[in-house]
Amino acid sequence: MRVHVISEKCQGHNRCYSLAPELFDVDDLGNAFELHDGVVPAGLEDKARLAQKNCPEFAIEITED
Amino acid sequence: MASIYGPVTDWQNDFDHTDPEYNERIHEIWDDLLNSKKCPVAHTERFGGTWLPLTHEYVREIAYDTDHFTSRSVVVSTVKPDDAPIPPMPAPIGAAPPITSDPPFHQEARRLLLPAFAPKMIEPWEKEVEIICHDLIDAMGDREFVDAAVDFAQHIPVQVIARMLGFPLEDADKFRGFVHLVLESVNESPEARQAAFEVFNEYLDRQIQDHKDNPRDDLTTFLMNAEIMGNKLSDEHVRGTIVLILIAGIDTTWSGIGSSLWHLAGHPVDRGRLVDNPDLIPTATEEFLRAYAPVTMARMVKDDHDFHGCPMSKDDWVLLPFPAANRDPEVFDDADKVIIDREENRHAAFGLGIHRCLGSNLARLEMNVATRVFLQRFPDFELAQGEQTKWSVGQVRGPRKMPVRVLARSPRP
Repeated sequence: MRVHVISEKCQGHNRCYSLAPELFDVDDLGNAFELHDGVVPAGLEDKARLAQKNCPEFAIEITED
Repeated sequence: MASIYGPVTDWQNDFDHTDPEYNERIHEIWDDLLNSKKCPVAHTERFGGTWLPLTHEYVREIAYDTDHFTSRSVVVSTVKPDDAPIPPMPAPIGAAPPITSDPPFHQEARRLLLPAFAPKMIEPWEKEVEIICHDLIDAMGDREFVDAAVDFAQHIPVQVIARMLGFPLEDADKFRGFVHLVLESVNESPEARQAAFEVFNEYLDRQIQDHKDNPRDDLTTFLMNAEIMGNKLSDEHVRGTIVLILIAGIDTTWSGIGSSLWHLAGHPVDRGRLVDNPDLIPTATEEFLRAYAPVTMARMVKDDHDFHGCPMSKDDWVLLPFPAANRDPEVFDDADKVIIDREENRHAAFGLGIHRCLGSNLARLEMNVATRVFLQRFPDFELAQGEQTKWSVGQVRGPRKMPVRVLARSPRP
């Protein structure tokens, strides 16, 4: 599984970084980006989905390998 | 001073978000407007023409559409910006950048402020907020009846924002007066408000002068030295941004903390769950933000525009009720229920699109810490019987008086 933050849509609500800091970080402006090239380590799939479903801007994409 | 419009008698055709009844029975009023199905967007002639979309889809669409809607005035009032005695800076800057700014200027003014409010800059405030909360509870002594809004919620954001701006902490009452002026007195005549605005501006000019004489490490000094594309900010821009931080940083969080405690005072099961499991508080805070979202923003129509069959005219106001979007059953399961462990929660309490609340990380921190400390010190409390909660008036909704009876207390750890 991979996650990706669509930077044009992200407005820095910071939900993903709060809910899944293993998968996302934020830059100095507070905008989010995915860690580890977006690769979701085994066992963290639910956290990835949780982050996606809590993004107010629909800015997180998930692709299943 | 009274509203220049009378009380509302016909909510479907002549609603008024500044009638005290609006915030008191807000859910009932929205449901009636949604069921009337006259137009997908409610309309009133008040304030020179005001629209009120109530679905997530329409609120979102307008929030994203900066081509047809301008942010040049985000608080609906009896006077449109062009008719103000002293007109604010014109678009795309507006009176309080960046909240009143439009693209492309908006991005520059916002980028300047974002780093100061990013998560890693806000997290270190946690300890300070905790001390503020404990001090407020200590000051209540052993009274059985306390006011969770007056004695607690209203002080927390004021204390934080005054520290951030480097303003005197003892001016807290003044700040709350300014908040009332900007957000609650909007239905009074412009002449009646003008004198109060002059006092506000004089106060800010004095603070700015004090920072010129004694520069220090705070947001005010930062703004005075900041540059956009190689130019220092104008005095008007600095003052407008301070107005934004002061007003938006206080009333909103005070309302968010108050509404969270109001819910917990009336729901013993939820209260008990959070006392037993404080780790659930951040999830509960998101649900309180969804269900009791404090902030409704506004836009103005740029040019005559047909919005899904609604004939919007240039300079009409459009309210953006994020709290109504948060109750849309198309987007949220059991939208009208408060579920403190709701996992899927895409709420729009902090807005949508380019104007996402700049202070959202700070607001969340203050709400989480305030709820945690209040429950820690008062593990059991209820709304005082026979006493009414008094809600604010206008675009920011929250309890302004909330007498509660303390049923159990714990000492400061």
